[in-house]
Amino acid sequence: MRRLWPGALALLLLASVIAGALGALVSAAPSIELGGLADDLYLRRVVVFTFWQALLSAALSTGLAIPVARALARREDLPGRSWLLKLVSLPLVVPSIVAVFGIVAVYGRSGWLNDFVSFLGAPRWEGLYGLSGILIAHVFFNLPLAVRLLLPLWSAVPGETWRLVAQLGMRSGAIWRLIEWPLLRQALPGVAGLVFMLCFTSFAVVLTLGGGPAASTVEVAIYQALRFDFDPGRAVFLALLELLSCALLVGLGQRFVMAMPSEITPGRAHARPDLKGWLGRGADLLLIGAITVFVALPLAAVAVSGVAGPVGKVLSDDLFWSCALRSLVIALCAAPLALAIGWSLLGMCARLRLAHARPGWADGVELSGSLVIVVPPIVLGTGFFILLSPHVDVYAAGPPLVVLVNALMGVPYVLRVLGPLHRQMSARYERLSENLGLRGLSRLRLVEARLLRRPLGLALGLCAALSVGDLGVIALFGTRDNATLPLLLYQKMASYRMDEAAVIALLLIVMCLGIFATIERAVGGRS
Amino acid sequence: MLRVDALAARLGGMRLRFSLDVSAGECVAVIGPSGAGKSTLLALIAGFEVAESGRVLIDGRDVTALEPVSRPVSIVFQEHNLFPHLDVAANVGLGLHPALRLRPEDHAEIAGALERVGLAGLERRRPGQLSGGQRQRVALARALVRRRPVLLLDEPFAALGPALRQEMLDLLDRLRRDRGLAVLMVSHHPDDARHIAERTVFVHGGEILVSGTTEDVLGASRSTELRAYLGDAPG
Repeated sequence: MRRLWPGALALLLLASVIAGALGALVSAAPSIELGGLADDLYLRRVVVFTFWQALLSAALSTGLAIPVARALARREDLPGRSWLLKLVSLPLVVPSIVAVFGIVAVYGRSGWLNDFVSFLGAPRWEGLYGLSGILIAHVFFNLPLAVRLLLPLWSAVPGETWRLVAQLGMRSGAIWRLIEWPLLRQALPGVAGLVFMLCFTSFAVVLTLGGGPAASTVEVAIYQALRFDFDPGRAVFLALLELLSCALLVGLGQRFVMAMPSEITPGRAHARPDLKGWLGRGADLLLIGAITVFVALPLAAVAVSGVAGPVGKVLSDDLFWSCALRSLVIALCAAPLALAIGWSLLGMCARLRLAHARPGWADGVELSGSLVIVVPPIVLGTGFFILLSPHVDVYAAGPPLVVLVNALMGVPYVLRVLGPLHRQMSARYERLSENLGLRGLSRLRLVEARLLRRPLGLALGLCAALSVGDLGVIALFGTRDNATLPLLLYQKMASYRMDEAAVIALLLIVMCLGIFATIERAVGGRS
Repeated sequence: MLRVDALAARLGGMRLRFSLDVSAGECVAVIGPSGAGKSTLLALIAGFEVAESGRVLIDGRDVTALEPVSRPVSIVFQEHNLFPHLDVAANVGLGLHPALRLRPEDHAEIAGALERVGLAGLERRRPGQLSGGQRQRVALARALVRRRPVLLLDEPFAALGPALRQEMLDLLDRLRRDRGLAVLMVSHHPDDARHIAERTVFVHGGEILVSGTTEDVLGASRSTELRAYLGDAPG
């Protein structure tokens, strides 16, 4: 087993972190009266609501993504389409707490929607907090994700197919029934399953928009048990429950781990023949317009209210700067760590597959990197909380733990972005490189880093952006003294200092996109 | 039957210009290096690409301005001729009704066409369960049920082994004689042309450089480009 040690080291790290956290949870479990908790009416309601909102969110996001993706796929020649796709991809990197701020600014009690509605003389809408707010936010994040995952399916249609379609005289309806739907049907369970998982474990959205115990999820209940009720027993119970549900869900659908397209492949030059009808054209433009407005409005609201807010006051606050710096440092530590872990695992996979002829082991290694999908960050965090609280000040240990958990959260993204390309690269060049004696760092420098430069930049930038904007584990460990920028934003929102929150939201989004763009450019090179 | 009259188009930076005639029941082979414009010639005839000038006449009718569906033409590509999620009968049936609303008598016709290409009884198979040669037979069966007088083939048998290619060429030869089809076949193999085509045209740089009986074109190749294309292989 030559030169498998970097991958083995990464596996060991993954295993010890997950085993440590889970071990702590399980060893704490016997001291808790599980039976009593299982009978708890509140907990039962929380579990039912968690499933219900995830189901609705997944159905809405995926269901709406189908016509939107189809419209975008059909209108390849739409002016500004590539900008539109970038805009629609924004929710993938926008911190959830910022998006929540934008959604409140648009749909909230004194938001833009109500301004508009009362201008028309209609009654104001005050139902944002609760299920409807959670659904709006989840659709805001996951509709674009689903569109991005579905859209490449259309470019996978061979050019010959569109020519045959034209020659056979198929109309829109027949094209949908005979070509597009069969294509989508294979991908839909995976997409819907992924969205379901993301909504099942969503934290910031439910915390801020849930609005009370009636609309709380397992994830938020864990947070409340640890932070407000000081009831570790209940947290352990809920964490184990969530772990079990996630494992079950992933087990049900192995396909949840989907390859994330690293970029949208350019469409083929062969135009489909059903684009000329006015009805179809109008429907497509309407759909594209609707998704644009839906995605752009909350972001615009963040920008507008941020610029109008007390910028000077926020910028002269030392707390803001220390939080921003802490967020930056956490991201700059977590992203390379995620990349190192993911890259080592991929290297190990390639060698297992090609040099040791063990493709099964290789698949196992790759799957283990995505384990964090089964073990949600908040479960890891709870485990560490239980593990460390007897020995050290858990709040002081916060930032390093956040780095670690954020890095683990980034690993699945690294694997999704780099995995397929790494596999392709190693299939082509692994044996040649071995033959030439190109190994280790020189291979990394001369072959791998050059061939995979762009996806490497994308993976690193994505991890950093996610880490900057994450409000998950930090909520468990954060205090006033070790807060990150997303936590500071949440604290301002929770204490209704919305004008300051607006400025912080804008600065956080700027920081997030700035880090993403800088890293992607610096590492990946100009496109 | 098929007349291509000074048909002009642009491909990348290259100007293409073609004139060509194919009679009913005749097979003309199109040979030439990659990127010479062979496939574009077929795409122009089928209406997938729009010509800048010139005309395509089929049976004396000018079809240059028609949509692909309205042209009396069928085409078979090298691959991706079948929809992988539809069974063989449905793939052929698409040639009868583009939304696959088939009448009872259509099924009999599909079965008949499959029998003629040597695939009797395979209606329920999926393309993934067929060999490469069988898939191309299904595509030919679809062309048969469409009953269009012109058949275009874009390197249809390039992915098949030598024996299978012979077999497919024989089948094609039989079908076009039975139906009196005007066949235009792009191929990289001079052997294909020898096997089936009465005439052969050599396309180079977007135009037909040499044209004549297959024997003449492949035999005494006087053009430098044609000699370079055919290489040193005798004949």
